[in-house]
Amino acid sequence: MPGPTPNVDGGASSDDSDDDGVRIDMISGARMEGLTGMEKIRLILDGVREGNIVILEEGLSPDEESKLIEVTMTEISPDDFTGIEIETYPKAEASNQSFLDKLMGRNSAQKLTVIGPANRIETLHKDENLISTLVSRK
Amino acid sequence: MGLLTNLKDSISRVTDGLFAADEPKRIGIYGPPNAGKTTLANRIARDWTGDAVGPESHIPHETRRARRKENVEIERDGRKVTIDIVDTPGVTTKVDYKEFLDHDMEKDDAVRRSREATEGVAEAMHWLREDVDGVIYVLDSSTDPFTQVNTMLIGIIESQDLPALILANKTDLPGSDVQQIANAFPQHETIPLSALEGENMDEVYTKIAEYFG
Repeated sequence: MPGPTPNVDGGASSDDSDDDGVRIDMISGARMEGLTGMEKIRLILDGVREGNIVILEEGLSPDEESKLIEVTMTEISPDDFTGIEIETYPKAEASNQSFLDKLMGRNSAQKLTVIGPANRIETLHKDENLISTLVSRK
Repeated sequence: MGLLTNLKDSISRVTDGLFAADEPKRIGIYGPPNAGKTTLANRIARDWTGDAVGPESHIPHETRRARRKENVEIERDGRKVTIDIVDTPGVTTKVDYKEFLDHDMEKDDAVRRSREATEGVAEAMHWLREDVDGVIYVLDSSTDPFTQVNTMLIGIIESQDLPALILANKTDLPGSDVQQIANAFPQHETIPLSALEGENMDEVYTKIAEYFG
């Protein structure tokens, strides 16, 4: 049986997650840093639509989150893709970003973010320190 | 000629600014599905214009297009505030037509409703980024406010520096817990109300005038 083949984002093909398990892509902040907002959204949604769980080390900006919701909505189709489940730590810093940070475009609200297909991921518990999710196979 | 042109431009800028200040502010009513956004929009519109904005329903995603009620004049303490109310579809990250089947809907109708709902949510997000001057964020006070959609939307609103009023709706329900909403978003003022029963609307109007006037 051939091994997983690299896809466009450099990861393994999701073929291996169809029957045996669930693939998790943990994407570092460094990898996301050079991407445009739309490239980030594409990277996330392409992975999630293949049934993968995507974990972002540093999350998305509010504007990117807004666009992620918008693009997700345009891709929902009956009996195929019902949308995404997304969870982040409710970090206090998210709302306490300083004026200087905003002015300089610095995002002090960077937060670990878990995103998965809505029909496969269910949040069991979430607080400031813990996100507990149940991931089911297809 | 150049001097005259500059003078004309300067006058034009000043007059444009004066008229812009008088233009109604577009206030988006946002929140998750079934929070009572349309009930609130209808309550405000009926109280000040006599008309409604749109139909209300207990089935999620009854509002699938942003609807605008223009030139709603609200008078508070001798002050007049003119706003355009934009009632938006409930924001979510997922829409599954199968959920509508539980509401005695045929599959074709459920699929159509889910398609329209997804378009409506996308439209609502676009309005939020581009076309509103302030936000009334409506939450059902009988449900858990610590959801990802609420956290993200409040974050998006804050990142745009939009004035935001948080309303803890459905205080007429037995499980209503206004304090839970206040705890979830301590950086904002939370106003309790029942849009359905018309309870505490006086305070809501006072706050609308204060925040968006």
